[in-house]
Amino acid sequence: MSVSIVYAILVTSLATFLSRFLGAVSSQGIKETSKIFKWFNCLAYATLAALIARTIIFPVGVLNEAGYLIRLTVVILSLGVFFVSKRNYVYPTIFSAVCMAVLAGFF
Amino acid sequence: MINKKIFFKGYKSILAHDSPAIALGCCFIAIGALLKNLGFNIQESIFSTMLTYALPGSLVMAESLLVGASLLNIFLAVWFVNARLYPMAVSLFPLMMHKNQPKWKYYFSCHFIAVSAWLIMKSNYKSIPKEQRIDYWIGIGSATWSVAVLGTFIGFYFSEFLNKEIMMGLAILNPIYFLCMMVGASKTIQITLSVLLGAILGPIFYFFSPEWSILFGGVVGGTAAYLIGEINVS
Repeated sequence: MSVSIVYAILVTSLATFLSRFLGAVSSQGIKETSKIFKWFNCLAYATLAALIARTIIFPVGVLNEAGYLIRLTVVILSLGVFFVSKRNYVYPTIFSAVCMAVLAGFF
Repeated sequence: MINKKIFFKGYKSILAHDSPAIALGCCFIAIGALLKNLGFNIQESIFSTMLTYALPGSLVMAESLLVGASLLNIFLAVWFVNARLYPMAVSLFPLMMHKNQPKWKYYFSCHFIAVSAWLIMKSNYKSIPKEQRIDYWIGIGSATWSVAVLGTFIGFYFSEFLNKEIMMGLAILNPIYFLCMMVGASKTIQITLSVLLGAILGPIFYFFSPEWSILFGGVVGGTAAYLIGEINVS
């Protein structure tokens, strides 16, 4: 088990570094005012949004044990805290953890 | 070499009132606890965070190990999940490229590309002269990377004190933090549409291909948002 864990870590880090390195190499020569830069900027934001949505709607790990309704409630309430707190990032984040722990404990 | 003043300015950026350090640290606490439950020892857990430094990738590796997947399966699954790092790198490095800076800094610091560091840099790069941005970026990356390693360490040793509800609370922190940052960053029509379309299309594509859903959602949503934005401008 221990040997396979080390190999799994190495393979995981290689697969992760590959995307980062290719991105760094291929970004050379791209100007920040160019259309291709703007396009990649949109791709990056959309990909992140897709990742976040998938993490919340189809979670893996322990979050999968919380029901859809609980997760949806936490997201809506946290966004509410975000806007009420004048777009502060820390309050809704801490609120979400407390809210999730409390709701998961009750239901 | 590295401009220490700018480096530490970047390093200290995680101490800002709206810093992702708390959310990031809590998520890696959850990862540390998860890795311990999977049978990792402390060295392997720290080694994993140091070398991978990407939450979804670590989760996929953990899941794959749990079901006894082969190394090739793990490589492909992690690569697909972390392919989002490619457009993130391409949309960040041109902001930091300067002819007076050596190439090795860019190749070395690409390891720090992760959502938290990327969002901090995107929010702050305009306040740093272009020549010094790479040092600032290395500072941000080192700081978030340190938080991740520390979080894994804490999670590993405190896992027995964390019950299921607390683990769930820790797991929701990062998505909520990123969600708020994305909503906060949605100041132009292209970025707003990118975020909206990505969030809608990602889960839809999940029904057709769970492995490719993030990438497909990002490419289709991002391209549509870019084109709509360009048409709107012209």
